[in-house]
Amino acid sequence: MSEEMFPEPEWLSEEVKTGTTIIAVTFDGGVVLGSDSRVSAGESVVNRVMNKLSPLHDKIYCALSGSAADAQTIAEIVNYQLDVHSIEVEDDPLVCSAATLVKNISYKYKEELSAHLIVAGWDRKKGGQVYATLNGLLSRQPFAIGGSGSFYIHGFVDAEYRKNMTKRESQEFVVNALTLAMGRDGSSGGVAYVVTIDKGGAEEKCILGNELPRFFDQ
Amino acid sequence: MRLTITRFAVSFTVIIWRHVLKKFIHNLYVEFLIMEKQHSYSQVKGVSTGTTILAVKFNGGVIIGSDSRASMGESYVSSKTINKLIQVHDRIFCCIAGSLADAQAVTKMAKFQLSFHSIQMESPPLVKAAASIMRELCYSNKEELQAGFITAGWDRKKGPQIYVVSLGGMLLSQPFTIGGSGSTYIYGYVDAKFKPDMSLEEAKQFSINALALAMGRDNVSGGVVHLVVITEPGVKHIVVPGDKLPKFHDE
Repeated sequence: MSEEMFPEPEWLSEEVKTGTTIIAVTFDGGVVLGSDSRVSAGESVVNRVMNKLSPLHDKIYCALSGSAADAQTIAEIVNYQLDVHSIEVEDDPLVCSAATLVKNISYKYKEELSAHLIVAGWDRKKGGQVYATLNGLLSRQPFAIGGSGSFYIHGFVDAEYRKNMTKRESQEFVVNALTLAMGRDGSSGGVAYVVTIDKGGAEEKCILGNELPRFFDQ
Repeated sequence: MRLTITRFAVSFTVIIWRHVLKKFIHNLYVEFLIMEKQHSYSQVKGVSTGTTILAVKFNGGVIIGSDSRASMGESYVSSKTINKLIQVHDRIFCCIAGSLADAQAVTKMAKFQLSFHSIQMESPPLVKAAASIMRELCYSNKEELQAGFITAGWDRKKGPQIYVVSLGGMLLSQPFTIGGSGSTYIYGYVDAKFKPDMSLEEAKQFSINALALAMGRDNVSGGVVHLVVITEPGVKHIVVPGDKLPKFHDE
Protein backbone atom coordinates (compact mmCIF):
# COMPACT_ATOMS: atom_id res chain seq x y z
CA MET A 1 0.00 0.00 0.00
CA SER A 2 2.80 2.41 0.78
CA GLU A 3 4.32 1.82 -2.67
CA GLU A 4 1.12 2.88 -4.37
CA MET A 5 0.78 6.03 -2.29
CA PHE A 6 4.38 7.13 -2.79
CA PRO A 7 5.63 5.89 -6.15
CA GLU A 8 9.35 6.03 -6.66
CA PRO A 9 10.33 9.40 -8.18
CA GLU A 10 10.99 9.20 -11.87
CA TRP A 11 14.37 10.81 -11.80
CA LEU A 12 15.84 7.86 -9.93
CA SER A 13 15.27 5.57 -12.89
CA GLU A 14 15.05 7.76 -15.98
CA GLU A 15 18.06 8.62 -18.05
CA VAL A 16 19.20 12.22 -17.78
CA LYS A 17 18.78 13.93 -21.12
CA THR A 18 19.55 17.48 -21.94
CA GLY A 19 16.31 17.74 -24.03
CA THR A 20 17.28 21.13 -25.17
CA THR A 21 17.51 23.87 -27.76
CA ILE A 22 20.90 24.79 -29.18
CA ILE A 23 21.72 27.11 -32.02
CA ALA A 24 24.88 28.44 -33.67
CA VAL A 25 25.06 31.18 -36.32
CA THR A 26 27.94 32.63 -38.32
CA PHE A 27 28.22 36.35 -38.84
CA ASP A 28 30.74 38.49 -40.60
CA GLY A 29 33.84 37.93 -38.45
CA GLY A 30 32.80 35.20 -36.02
CA VAL A 31 30.07 33.00 -34.63
CA VAL A 32 27.37 33.22 -31.97
CA LEU A 33 26.28 30.14 -30.03
CA GLY A 34 23.22 29.93 -27.84
CA SER A 35 21.53 27.37 -25.62
CA ASP A 36 18.87 27.05 -22.96
CA SER A 37 19.66 25.69 -19.52
CA ARG A 38 17.23 22.91 -18.65
CA VAL A 39 18.27 19.29 -17.96
CA SER A 40 15.42 16.81 -17.61
CA ALA A 41 15.19 13.21 -16.41
CA GLY A 42 11.88 11.90 -17.66
CA GLU A 43 9.41 14.51 -16.53
CA SER A 44 11.41 16.19 -13.78
CA VAL A 45 13.87 18.99 -14.26
CA VAL A 46 17.08 17.98 -12.51
CA ASN A 47 19.10 21.10 -13.29
CA ARG A 48 17.64 24.40 -14.38
CA VAL A 49 20.85 26.38 -14.81
CA MET A 50 23.20 24.11 -16.72
CA ASN A 51 25.48 25.78 -19.23
CA LYS A 52 25.42 23.63 -22.32
CA LEU A 53 28.05 25.60 -24.18
CA SER A 54 31.37 24.05 -23.27
CA PRO A 55 34.74 25.29 -24.44
CA LEU A 56 36.90 22.99 -26.53
CA HIS A 57 39.61 25.59 -26.92
CA ASP A 58 40.04 29.36 -26.54
CA LYS A 59 38.08 30.23 -29.64
CA ILE A 60 36.18 26.98 -30.24
CA TYR A 61 33.05 26.07 -28.33
CA CYS A 62 30.58 23.25 -28.66
CA ALA A 63 26.90 23.06 -27.78
CA LEU A 64 25.62 19.87 -26.14
CA SER A 65 22.34 18.08 -26.70
CA GLY A 66 20.94 14.58 -26.30
CA SER A 67 22.07 12.41 -23.41
CA ALA A 68 23.81 14.68 -20.88
CA ALA A 69 26.46 12.15 -19.88
CA ASP A 70 27.39 11.21 -23.44
CA ALA A 71 27.65 14.81 -24.57
CA GLN A 72 29.78 15.93 -21.64
CA THR A 73 32.12 12.99 -22.09
CA ILE A 74 32.62 13.69 -25.77
CA ALA A 75 33.32 17.34 -25.02
CA GLU A 76 35.92 16.49 -22.39
CA ILE A 77 37.69 13.94 -24.57
CA VAL A 78 37.85 16.33 -27.51
CA ASN A 79 39.08 19.13 -25.23
CA TYR A 80 42.01 16.93 -24.23
CA GLN A 81 42.75 15.78 -27.77
CA LEU A 82 42.66 19.35 -29.05
CA ASP A 83 45.12 20.50 -26.39
CA VAL A 84 47.58 17.82 -27.43
CA HIS A 85 47.06 18.66 -31.10
CA SER A 86 47.59 22.37 -30.63
CA ILE A 87 50.86 21.75 -28.77
CA GLU A 88 52.04 19.51 -31.58
CA VAL A 89 51.31 22.04 -34.33
CA GLU A 90 52.43 24.96 -32.13
CA ASP A 91 49.44 27.03 -33.15
CA ASP A 92 45.75 27.46 -32.42
CA PRO A 93 43.71 24.53 -33.76
CA LEU A 94 41.33 24.92 -36.66
CA VAL A 95 37.59 24.65 -36.05
CA CYS A 96 37.53 21.97 -38.70
CA SER A 97 39.95 19.85 -36.65
CA ALA A 98 37.79 20.16 -33.55
CA ALA A 99 34.70 19.20 -35.49
CA THR A 100 36.47 16.24 -37.06
CA LEU A 101 37.57 14.97 -33.65
CA VAL A 102 33.97 15.18 -32.41
CA LYS A 103 32.73 13.46 -35.53
CA ASN A 104 35.24 10.63 -35.16
CA ILE A 105 34.03 9.82 -31.66
CA SER A 106 30.34 10.15 -32.60
CA TYR A 107 30.75 7.89 -35.61
CA LYS A 108 32.91 5.24 -33.98
CA TYR A 109 30.58 4.83 -31.00
CA LYS A 110 27.42 5.54 -32.95
CA GLU A 111 25.50 2.62 -31.40
CA GLU A 112 26.37 3.39 -27.81
CA LEU A 113 26.21 7.16 -27.74
CA SER A 114 23.24 9.39 -28.34
CA ALA A 115 24.43 12.95 -28.35
CA HIS A 116 24.41 15.67 -30.95
CA LEU A 117 27.05 18.39 -30.68
CA ILE A 118 27.27 21.57 -32.69
CA VAL A 119 30.87 22.81 -32.95
CA ALA A 120 31.48 26.46 -33.71
CA GLY A 121 34.40 28.85 -33.46
CA TRP A 122 36.79 31.23 -35.14
CA ASP A 123 40.18 30.47 -36.65
CA ARG A 124 42.62 32.45 -38.67
CA LYS A 125 42.24 30.41 -41.83
CA LYS A 126 38.51 30.50 -42.53
CA GLY A 127 37.02 32.90 -39.97
CA GLY A 128 33.80 31.98 -38.22
CA GLN A 129 32.49 28.47 -38.93
CA VAL A 130 29.67 26.26 -37.67
CA TYR A 131 29.76 22.48 -38.00
CA ALA A 132 26.90 20.10 -37.25
CA THR A 133 27.93 16.59 -36.20
CA LEU A 134 24.73 14.60 -35.95
CA ASN A 135 25.31 10.85 -35.47
CA GLY A 136 28.67 10.94 -37.15
CA LEU A 137 27.84 13.26 -40.05
CA LEU A 138 30.09 16.27 -40.45
CA SER A 139 28.56 19.19 -42.26
CA ARG A 140 29.57 22.83 -42.41
CA GLN A 141 26.58 25.15 -42.44
CA PRO A 142 25.93 28.88 -42.17
CA PHE A 143 23.81 28.14 -39.08
CA ALA A 144 22.70 25.03 -37.21
CA ILE A 145 19.97 24.23 -34.72
CA GLY A 146 19.62 21.12 -32.61
CA GLY A 147 17.87 19.52 -29.68
CA SER A 148 14.22 18.77 -29.04
CA GLY A 149 13.20 22.42 -29.04
CA SER A 150 14.68 23.01 -32.47
CA PHE A 151 11.66 21.52 -34.28
CA TYR A 152 9.52 24.46 -33.26
CA ILE A 153 11.85 27.05 -34.68
CA HIS A 154 12.70 25.52 -38.05
CA GLY A 155 10.20 27.82 -39.73
CA PHE A 156 11.41 30.88 -37.83
CA VAL A 157 15.11 30.42 -38.60
CA ASP A 158 14.38 29.56 -42.25
CA ALA A 159 12.50 32.80 -42.61
CA GLU A 160 14.69 35.10 -40.56
CA TYR A 161 18.26 34.05 -41.35
CA ARG A 162 20.12 36.36 -43.69
CA LYS A 163 23.71 36.10 -44.84
CA ASN A 164 26.20 38.66 -43.55
CA MET A 165 24.41 39.85 -40.46
CA THR A 166 26.29 42.04 -38.00
CA LYS A 167 27.35 40.79 -34.57
CA ARG A 168 24.48 42.51 -32.81
CA GLU A 169 21.88 41.22 -35.28
CA SER A 170 23.15 37.65 -34.91
CA GLN A 171 22.97 37.86 -31.14
CA GLU A 172 19.38 39.11 -31.37
CA PHE A 173 18.54 36.37 -33.85
CA VAL A 174 19.92 33.71 -31.49
CA VAL A 175 18.13 35.10 -28.43
CA ASN A 176 14.81 35.38 -30.31
CA ALA A 177 15.08 31.83 -31.62
CA LEU A 178 15.91 30.47 -28.15
CA THR A 179 13.02 32.36 -26.56
CA LEU A 180 10.53 31.05 -29.08
CA ALA A 181 11.73 27.48 -28.66
CA MET A 182 11.72 27.67 -24.85
CA GLY A 183 8.18 29.00 -25.04
CA ARG A 184 6.90 25.94 -26.85
CA ASP A 185 9.13 23.02 -25.87
CA GLY A 186 8.52 21.44 -22.50
CA SER A 187 12.09 20.22 -22.20
CA SER A 188 13.75 23.58 -22.87
CA GLY A 189 13.67 26.48 -20.48
CA GLY A 190 15.46 28.38 -17.76
CA VAL A 191 17.93 31.03 -18.83
CA ALA A 192 19.64 31.60 -22.15
CA TYR A 193 23.41 31.32 -22.45
CA VAL A 194 24.99 33.13 -25.38
CA VAL A 195 28.65 32.94 -26.39
CA THR A 196 30.10 35.24 -29.06
CA ILE A 197 33.41 34.17 -30.60
CA ASP A 198 35.45 36.41 -32.87
CA LYS A 199 39.05 37.38 -33.52
CA GLY A 200 39.42 38.90 -30.07
CA GLY A 201 38.28 35.85 -28.12
CA ALA A 202 35.14 34.41 -26.60
CA GLU A 203 32.58 36.38 -24.64
CA GLU A 204 30.02 34.55 -22.49
CA LYS A 205 26.73 36.07 -21.49
CA CYS A 206 23.77 34.81 -19.50
CA ILE A 207 20.32 36.25 -20.14
CA LEU A 208 17.85 35.68 -17.33
CA GLY A 209 14.27 34.61 -17.90
CA ASN A 210 12.69 37.98 -17.29
CA GLU A 211 15.11 39.74 -19.62
CA LEU A 212 14.19 37.58 -22.61
CA PRO A 213 12.17 39.25 -25.38
CA ARG A 214 8.41 38.90 -25.27
CA PHE A 215 6.32 37.73 -28.19
CA PHE A 216 2.61 37.65 -28.71
CA ASP A 217 1.12 35.68 -25.83
CA GLN A 218 -2.47 35.54 -24.79
CA MET B 1 17.19 -47.27 -5.33
CA ARG B 2 18.03 -46.78 -8.98
CA LEU B 3 14.35 -46.57 -9.76
CA THR B 4 13.90 -43.83 -7.17
CA ILE B 5 16.81 -41.84 -8.51
CA THR B 6 15.56 -42.15 -12.05
CA ARG B 7 12.07 -41.15 -11.03
CA PHE B 8 13.49 -38.23 -9.12
CA ALA B 9 15.69 -37.18 -12.06
CA VAL B 10 12.79 -37.42 -14.48
CA SER B 11 10.40 -35.37 -12.38
CA PHE B 12 13.13 -32.80 -11.73
CA THR B 13 13.78 -32.43 -15.46
CA VAL B 14 10.08 -32.17 -16.16
CA ILE B 15 9.68 -29.38 -13.63
CA ILE B 16 12.59 -27.41 -15.09
CA TRP B 17 11.33 -27.83 -18.63
CA ARG B 18 7.83 -26.77 -17.73
CA HIS B 19 9.19 -23.64 -16.15
CA VAL B 20 11.37 -22.83 -19.16
CA LEU B 21 8.59 -23.50 -21.66
CA LYS B 22 6.16 -21.36 -19.69
CA LYS B 23 8.53 -18.41 -19.79
CA PHE B 24 9.17 -18.95 -23.49
CA ILE B 25 5.51 -19.09 -24.35
CA HIS B 26 4.76 -16.07 -22.19
CA ASN B 27 7.41 -14.05 -24.06
CA LEU B 28 6.02 -15.14 -27.39
CA TYR B 29 2.54 -14.13 -26.28
CA VAL B 30 3.68 -10.70 -25.15
CA GLU B 31 5.44 -10.13 -28.48
CA PHE B 32 2.35 -11.24 -30.31
CA LEU B 33 0.24 -8.78 -28.34
CA ILE B 34 2.63 -5.96 -29.16
CA MET B 35 2.63 -6.87 -32.84
CA GLU B 36 -1.12 -7.11 -32.89
CA LYS B 37 -1.51 -3.75 -31.21
CA GLN B 38 0.76 -2.05 -33.73
CA HIS B 39 -0.98 -3.74 -36.63
CA SER B 40 -4.47 -2.82 -35.51
CA TYR B 41 -3.39 0.72 -34.77
CA SER B 42 -2.14 1.21 -38.31
CA GLN B 43 -5.33 -0.32 -39.70
CA VAL B 44 -7.44 2.14 -37.77
CA LYS B 45 -5.30 5.03 -38.94
CA GLY B 46 -5.82 4.40 -42.63
CA VAL B 47 -5.44 7.46 -44.82
CA SER B 48 -4.07 10.22 -42.62
CA THR B 49 -3.94 13.77 -43.82
CA GLY B 50 -0.45 14.45 -42.37
CA THR B 51 -0.94 18.10 -42.95
CA THR B 52 -0.48 21.72 -42.01
CA ILE B 53 -3.55 23.84 -41.30
CA LEU B 54 -3.89 27.30 -39.90
CA ALA B 55 -6.46 29.96 -39.18
CA VAL B 56 -5.80 33.66 -38.51
CA LYS B 57 -8.14 36.42 -37.39
CA PHE B 58 -7.58 39.82 -38.99
CA ASN B 59 -9.33 43.16 -39.00
CA GLY B 60 -12.76 42.31 -40.39
CA GLY B 61 -12.58 38.58 -41.00
CA VAL B 62 -10.69 35.33 -40.78
CA ILE B 63 -8.37 33.48 -43.12
CA ILE B 64 -8.31 29.73 -42.97
CA GLY B 65 -5.63 27.86 -44.91
CA SER B 66 -4.08 24.47 -45.52
CA ASP B 67 -1.71 22.53 -47.73
CA SER B 68 -3.05 19.98 -50.17
CA ARG B 69 -1.29 16.68 -49.63
CA ALA B 70 -2.93 13.45 -48.43
CA SER B 71 -0.59 10.61 -47.53
CA MET B 72 -1.04 6.96 -46.76
CA GLY B 73 1.55 5.65 -44.34
CA GLU B 74 4.59 7.85 -44.57
CA SER B 75 5.83 7.41 -48.06
CA TYR B 76 2.88 7.38 -50.43
CA VAL B 77 1.11 10.54 -51.45
CA SER B 78 -2.41 9.49 -52.25
CA SER B 79 -3.53 12.91 -53.42
CA LYS B 80 -1.60 16.04 -54.36
CA THR B 81 -4.52 18.41 -54.56
CA ILE B 82 -7.00 17.51 -51.92
CA ASN B 83 -9.08 20.32 -50.47
CA LYS B 84 -9.07 20.19 -46.71
CA LEU B 85 -11.21 23.28 -46.24
CA ILE B 86 -14.80 22.17 -45.93
CA GLN B 87 -17.69 24.59 -45.98
CA VAL B 88 -20.23 23.73 -43.30
CA HIS B 89 -22.31 26.84 -43.82
CA ASP B 90 -22.30 30.07 -45.83
CA ARG B 91 -19.72 31.81 -43.71
CA ILE B 92 -18.35 28.95 -41.62
CA PHE B 93 -15.48 26.75 -42.76
CA CYS B 94 -13.76 23.84 -41.17
CA CYS B 95 -10.38 22.32 -41.72
CA ILE B 96 -9.30 18.91 -40.62
CA ALA B 97 -6.19 17.23 -39.34
CA GLY B 98 -5.83 13.55 -38.62
CA SER B 99 -7.65 10.68 -40.18
CA LEU B 100 -9.34 11.81 -43.36
CA ALA B 101 -12.19 9.32 -43.11
CA ASP B 102 -13.10 10.33 -39.57
CA ALA B 103 -12.94 13.99 -40.46
CA GLN B 104 -15.20 13.64 -43.51
CA ALA B 105 -17.78 11.67 -41.53
CA VAL B 106 -17.85 14.20 -38.72
CA THR B 107 -18.05 17.23 -40.97
CA LYS B 108 -20.85 15.68 -43.01
CA MET B 109 -22.89 15.12 -39.88
CA ALA B 110 -22.06 18.57 -38.58
CA LYS B 111 -23.16 20.15 -41.86
CA PHE B 112 -26.49 18.38 -41.69
CA GLN B 113 -27.12 19.25 -38.05
CA LEU B 114 -26.09 22.85 -38.64
CA SER B 115 -28.46 23.37 -41.55
CA PHE B 116 -31.27 21.94 -39.46
CA HIS B 117 -30.35 24.23 -36.59
CA SER B 118 -30.24 27.33 -38.76
CA ILE B 119 -33.70 26.59 -40.16
CA GLN B 120 -35.05 26.24 -36.63
CA MET B 121 -33.45 29.49 -35.48
CA GLU B 122 -34.45 31.26 -38.72
CA SER B 123 -31.06 32.96 -38.91
CA PRO B 124 -27.52 32.05 -39.96
CA PRO B 125 -25.84 29.93 -37.28
CA LEU B 126 -23.18 31.22 -34.92
CA VAL B 127 -19.62 30.00 -35.44
CA LYS B 128 -19.67 28.82 -31.86
CA ALA B 129 -22.70 26.65 -32.63
CA ALA B 130 -20.84 24.95 -35.46
CA ALA B 131 -17.81 24.38 -33.26
CA SER B 132 -19.98 23.01 -30.45
CA ILE B 133 -21.58 20.48 -32.76
CA MET B 134 -18.14 19.21 -33.78
CA ARG B 135 -17.09 19.11 -30.18
CA GLU B 136 -20.13 17.03 -29.18
CA LEU B 137 -19.36 14.54 -31.91
CA CYS B 138 -15.66 14.37 -31.04
CA TYR B 139 -16.21 14.04 -27.32
CA SER B 140 -18.91 11.38 -27.42
CA ASN B 141 -16.94 9.27 -29.87
CA LYS B 142 -13.52 10.00 -28.52
CA GLU B 143 -12.47 6.33 -28.42
CA GLU B 144 -13.07 5.72 -32.11
CA LEU B 145 -12.24 9.03 -33.71
CA GLN B 146 -8.77 10.32 -34.55
CA ALA B 147 -9.32 13.81 -35.89
CA GLY B 148 -9.00 17.41 -34.73
CA PHE B 149 -10.72 20.43 -36.28
CA ILE B 150 -10.31 24.12 -36.71
CA THR B 151 -13.61 25.95 -37.22
CA ALA B 152 -13.47 29.53 -38.41
CA GLY B 153 -16.04 31.93 -39.71
CA TRP B 154 -17.94 35.13 -39.39
CA ASP B 155 -21.28 35.75 -37.72
CA ARG B 156 -23.26 38.83 -36.89
CA LYS B 157 -23.06 38.48 -33.13
CA LYS B 158 -19.30 38.34 -32.52
CA GLY B 159 -17.75 38.94 -35.91
CA PRO B 160 -14.77 36.84 -36.99
CA GLN B 161 -13.95 33.91 -34.70
CA ILE B 162 -11.72 30.85 -34.63
CA TYR B 163 -12.42 27.74 -32.56
CA VAL B 164 -10.20 24.73 -32.11
CA VAL B 165 -11.64 21.30 -31.33
CA SER B 166 -8.80 19.03 -30.31
CA LEU B 167 -8.50 15.25 -30.43
CA GLY B 168 -10.29 14.46 -27.17
CA GLY B 169 -13.03 17.03 -27.62
CA MET B 170 -11.75 20.25 -26.02
CA LEU B 171 -13.16 23.49 -27.41
CA LEU B 172 -11.01 26.61 -27.33
CA SER B 173 -11.29 30.04 -28.91
CA GLN B 174 -8.07 31.67 -30.15
CA PRO B 175 -6.98 34.63 -32.30
CA PHE B 176 -4.87 32.34 -34.47
CA THR B 177 -4.14 28.67 -34.46
CA ILE B 178 -2.09 26.08 -36.30
CA GLY B 179 -2.51 22.33 -36.49
CA GLY B 180 -1.41 19.14 -38.19
CA SER B 181 1.96 17.45 -38.35
CA GLY B 182 3.67 20.32 -40.14
CA SER B 183 2.63 22.82 -37.51
CA THR B 184 5.45 21.91 -35.08
CA TYR B 185 7.97 23.52 -37.42
CA ILE B 186 6.24 26.88 -37.53
CA TYR B 187 5.37 27.45 -33.88
CA GLY B 188 8.38 29.73 -33.52
CA TYR B 189 7.56 31.62 -36.69
CA VAL B 190 3.90 32.29 -35.89
CA ASP B 191 4.69 33.21 -32.28
CA ALA B 192 7.17 35.79 -33.54
CA LYS B 193 5.19 37.20 -36.45
CA PHE B 194 1.56 37.30 -35.39
CA LYS B 195 0.11 40.70 -34.54
CA PRO B 196 -3.50 41.23 -33.48
CA ASP B 197 -5.63 43.35 -35.88
CA MET B 198 -3.64 42.86 -39.06
CA SER B 199 -4.97 44.04 -42.41
CA LEU B 200 -6.17 41.56 -45.03
CA GLU B 201 -2.95 41.79 -47.05
CA GLU B 202 -0.73 41.30 -44.01
CA ALA B 203 -2.76 38.35 -42.82
CA LYS B 204 -2.63 36.75 -46.26
CA GLN B 205 1.14 37.15 -46.42
CA PHE B 206 1.49 35.77 -42.89
CA SER B 207 -0.55 32.65 -43.75
CA ILE B 208 1.22 32.00 -47.03
CA ASN B 209 4.66 32.38 -45.44
CA ALA B 210 3.79 30.11 -42.53
CA LEU B 211 2.35 27.39 -44.76
CA ALA B 212 5.28 27.60 -47.17
CA LEU B 213 7.78 27.21 -44.32
CA ALA B 214 5.93 24.21 -42.90
CA MET B 215 5.63 22.55 -46.30
CA GLY B 216 9.34 23.10 -46.80
CA ARG B 217 10.24 21.12 -43.68
CA ASP B 218 7.48 18.55 -43.24
CA ASN B 219 7.56 15.73 -45.75
CA VAL B 220 3.89 14.87 -45.36
CA SER B 221 2.71 18.41 -46.15
CA GLY B 222 3.01 19.82 -49.62
CA GLY B 223 1.33 20.61 -52.90
CA VAL B 224 -0.45 23.93 -53.21
CA VAL B 225 -1.68 26.36 -50.60
CA HIS B 226 -5.46 26.71 -50.25
CA LEU B 227 -6.70 29.86 -48.54
CA VAL B 228 -10.26 30.90 -47.80
CA VAL B 229 -10.93 34.49 -46.76
CA ILE B 230 -14.21 34.88 -44.83
CA THR B 231 -15.60 38.36 -44.28
CA GLU B 232 -19.02 39.90 -43.86
CA PRO B 233 -19.69 40.45 -47.58
CA GLY B 234 -18.70 36.90 -48.51
CA VAL B 235 -16.17 34.18 -49.00
CA LYS B 236 -13.17 34.08 -51.36
CA HIS B 237 -11.11 31.01 -52.21
CA ILE B 238 -7.47 31.61 -53.17
CA VAL B 239 -5.08 28.95 -54.45
CA VAL B 240 -1.33 29.58 -54.49
CA PRO B 241 0.49 27.01 -56.63
CA GLY B 242 3.86 25.60 -55.59
CA ASP B 243 6.01 27.73 -57.85
CA LYS B 244 4.44 30.98 -56.67
CA LEU B 245 5.20 30.32 -53.00
CA PRO B 246 7.76 32.57 -51.31
CA LYS B 247 11.33 31.24 -51.25
CA PHE B 248 13.53 31.38 -48.17
CA HIS B 249 17.23 31.60 -47.78
CA ASP B 250 18.32 28.11 -48.74
CA GLU B 251 16.04 27.52 -51.72
